Amino acid sequence: MNSTHTFLSTPPFIESLIKKKILGKLMLILLAAVVVWRMGTALVENPSLFLQQVINGLQLGFVYALIALGYTMVYGIVRLINFAHGDVFMVGAFMSFYAISRLQLHTWPSKLFPNMNSMLSVGIGSITVVILSMIVCALMAITIERVAYKPLRSAARISALITAIGVSFFLEYFGALPFVFSANYITYKRPFEVTTWVANGEGVQTLARGIEVPANSVIFSNIAVLIIVASIILMVLLQYTVTRTKIGKAMRAVAYDKQTAQLMGINVNMIISITFAIGAALAGAAGMLYAIAFPQVVFWMGIIPGLKSFVAAVLGGIGSIPGALVGALIMGQAETLSAAYISTPMRDAIAFSILIIVLLVRPTGIFGEATREKA
Amino acid sequence: MLLDVHDLNVYYGAIHALKGISFHVEKGEIVTLIGANGAGKSSTLNTISGLLRTRTGHIRFEDKEITRIEPQDIVKQGVVQVPEGRKIFATLTVMENLEMGAFIHDDKARIAEDLESVLQRFPRLRERRKQLGGTLSGGEQQMLAIARGLMARPSLLLLDEPSMGLSPILVEQIFEIIRDINEQGTSILLVEQNAQMALSIADRGYVLETGSVVNEGAAQDLLHNPSVIEAYLGGHG
Repeated sequence: MNSTHTFLSTPPFIESLIKKKILGKLMLILLAAVVVWRMGTALVENPSLFLQQVINGLQLGFVYALIALGYTMVYGIVRLINFAHGDVFMVGAFMSFYAISRLQLHTWPSKLFPNMNSMLSVGIGSITVVILSMIVCALMAITIERVAYKPLRSAARISALITAIGVSFFLEYFGALPFVFSANYITYKRPFEVTTWVANGEGVQTLARGIEVPANSVIFSNIAVLIIVASIILMVLLQYTVTRTKIGKAMRAVAYDKQTAQLMGINVNMIISITFAIGAALAGAAGMLYAIAFPQVVFWMGIIPGLKSFVAAVLGGIGSIPGALVGALIMGQAETLSAAYISTPMRDAIAFSILIIVLLVRPTGIFGEATREKA
Repeated sequence: MLLDVHDLNVYYGAIHALKGISFHVEKGEIVTLIGANGAGKSSTLNTISGLLRTRTGHIRFEDKEITRIEPQDIVKQGVVQVPEGRKIFATLTVMENLEMGAFIHDDKARIAEDLESVLQRFPRLRERRKQLGGTLSGGEQQMLAIARGLMARPSLLLLDEPSMGLSPILVEQIFEIIRDINEQGTSILLVEQNAQMALSIADRGYVLETGSVVNEGAAQDLLHNPSVIEAYLGGHG
């Protein structure tokens, strides 16, 4: 490079530091040191409080993971940041709301088989509701892809991105119409009762309603267990689909090289639709789980979780499925720990500064590879 | 006539890439398209495979019109392309690449048989079956690309520059394999810059220049044709 320095240009040694990204790395190391130190002292000062936050963060992180998977899979296959994805999550939450509150769908097993064990019947009923939400979201995503994204597949990428933002607004404000969903908050009726347990040195007990939490103990609910277990099951299913089934292998082949995939006789449009459908189904399930944890639904509820999951996907390395999980778990922890130890209003700011830091220091994320050159 | 290509005119935007190309392949033949870089050889194969569309003319395979059907349906008819530059799925294992070759088939028992037969033909791939495609050497990738093509059970195999970037010994091997595949009943349309090698195994050849067929005939005749020798076989025959 020609180095004709005017007095406005950066001194050469700083320029070389910037080039080697040493400043960024130093800042990151400093930041990491502060975070580790703060977490360490927090753990020593009050281990049960810290553990409590970790459990809360895990619950949140798994919901984010389910959403982030959709972002990352769609990006992997069509190189599109599907900004409408958070709104698919919202639709999933609303579908389960209607299924439970209006259709009473979760009670069908107990109506049909009155003698069934109540836990089993609630379980089967809730699974029916979540499957319904997942199917509705999947069909909706297939439609969105066909109508809004497919015609733009060979257009400049920015066009599809802007369209995605448009679809996002459409879903939100269409949902806000009084004859669609509603413009107001609606209380979400859980399909089951909440049970809370207290764990401490003396073991695990059920926490009766209205009883104060004893000191030095950690509480967790059947909701946290449900979210974590359901997310893990869905992710194992996804992993199996992607690595072991013919469709999953075809998804990876299409993500790598669409034209060659066509030469194998793979119907690329169908594989893209399936990818959108799987991502949306996971978001639909996440919508229901999120509404069970925070029992309110509203038309814009997908925006913030959607954006945070997007950050999680970028942090993990967009396009990478394990990256989405790891990124989301980190985001869950970052959010709950900063709410607990820094300040609650700061937690969103901190969550989004992670995005800025990742983009500055390691734009490819934790599991991301350098952009592949295509011949 | 197995493949009948008539009057292809293909454009990339304003560029007229194929200017009325016509040729045919008989059942059991090896036919080669030779020509320099940019003559339109790969565009011709991609038009047959449905990746590019012709504005005029037609492509018929076993007397069925395949001119305007989707690429995946052309593969299902038995016209399978092994693309230029091998185009191995680098992030999939060798086995998975082969499975993708058999994507259009559902009969597990026959797929397993096909797999066994290609692994017998390419023992190297068996050794490497669990490795990612991207970790193979150029020669191994070319073998994988051909093996993957065979998994689709082609009646016509379109090979695009199978010798590209390979050492002379490997080129010999690859052409030996091509001849062998042909002897077992698969017709072959071979696109090559290595005209000498291509004509030496082909039954017939067509010479392409800037999007047009400028010469055609039996491979042996082309090998001794002065203008072909001048242009493609390194001068004085």
